[in-house]
Amino acid sequence: MADLHLPTTLPPLFHGLPRRLEVDAATVDEAIERLDERWPGLRDRLCEPGPALRRHINVYVDRERAQLDTPLGAGSRVDVIAAISGG
Amino acid sequence: MPQTVLLVGTRKGCFVLDSDGDRRDWNVRGPFCEDWPIYHAVHDAESGTIYAAAASEWHGAGVWRSGDLGETWELSSEGISYGDNGARLSKISGLTAAHGRVLAGVETAGIFESRDGGATWSLLSTLEGQPGREDWNDPAKQPPGHLGLPAILPHPDEASRFWAVVQGIGIFETTDDGASWTPRNRGLRADWPLEDPEVGYCVHKLVMSPVDNQRLYQQNHVGMHRSDDGAQSWVEITEGLPTEFGFAAAAHPHDRDTFYVIPLDPGHGRCMPEGRAAVWRTRDAGSSWQRLDQGLPQRDAHLGVLREGLAIDSLDVPGLYFGTSTGQVFASADEGESWNEIASYLPSISSVEVAVVA
Repeated sequence: MADLHLPTTLPPLFHGLPRRLEVDAATVDEAIERLDERWPGLRDRLCEPGPALRRHINVYVDRERAQLDTPLGAGSRVDVIAAISGG
Repeated sequence: MPQTVLLVGTRKGCFVLDSDGDRRDWNVRGPFCEDWPIYHAVHDAESGTIYAAAASEWHGAGVWRSGDLGETWELSSEGISYGDNGARLSKISGLTAAHGRVLAGVETAGIFESRDGGATWSLLSTLEGQPGREDWNDPAKQPPGHLGLPAILPHPDEASRFWAVVQGIGIFETTDDGASWTPRNRGLRADWPLEDPEVGYCVHKLVMSPVDNQRLYQQNHVGMHRSDDGAQSWVEITEGLPTEFGFAAAAHPHDRDTFYVIPLDPGHGRCMPEGRAAVWRTRDAGSSWQRLDQGLPQRDAHLGVLREGLAIDSLDVPGLYFGTSTGQVFASADEGESWNEIASYLPSISSVEVAVVA
């Protein structure tokens, strides 16, 4: 199970979505798919057509910058970060 | 007594301002929509639903909707996409609710429709084959903050007939629900060379008289224009205004010859000239113009108003409302004769719409 940490901007959009949860997935893409199954529409908030991660969404797996196809190990920590932006 | 509701779209969420029928005292609610940048918020009179076009730098584009005048909101972008191999869709720029559906104009330029109250969307048209389309989809030829297709003007009686504004290109009309299009820019002025005289015009705001669907007005990058034949041809009516440039415009609900604009300096500033705030009105279809500034700041007021920033209600004595790029909302309950500042410290305002609800 991957240990998934989400940005503060995401839970207000989906009823019951926590900031932190465990997900059984082999890649970042699969982890997002698991979330989308429980909270329909969530994938569209993190990914754009391609498919690819949105321009200002950064994902780190065990502190290394990741993409959708990055594999997850048992107990991987996944941080989804909304990039510093705006003012 | 009817309730007057202003929908104010800002860079940091949607706000709702309420008043009763006398439109003197206003209550400000918000920000809503999780503070997402809102490009255009509208009220669907048929369903009573508020729709707000949004684009988050982080989470993409979507349409927020509220069926209870802003108490609760839902977001959807289901179907708003050109697909994995299609063009990038950066924002939803403009919304129109009419004839039992909602139309969304987006960037990259296209129109999506929803027939289930904003829950799901499908692509209606990208104006394929129209002159200039290759250029308007070329990112190298687009200005910063490109809006793509920011406005859709519905015909009041014919659901399949409407006009679409493509930024920097002009107006296109369809009579078959987007299956085919015709440019409607004849008579417009362009102060730049055009390869094709049918397109290449910068239409900022297009409005139709509610009492005469042949009478349209537009604030253009270079001048005010009027059409008396349903947008088939245009004549310029700029003379008498302090500048030819501006974004916002509104048509009087009961008089086809009365129309309002907010002239701005055309350079980098794009603020009201000389730091003196004013709305301008014609009562003779553009033959002459009157400056309306009673109650508006007349010193150091460097106010900008964007294309959706001016609204007029439908009451017997119509009220006017405009919101500024610096977060003020001004209101008039007497057709623009006098004004009050009804909100002072909102975020930068993109749009103001008004609804009168029972």
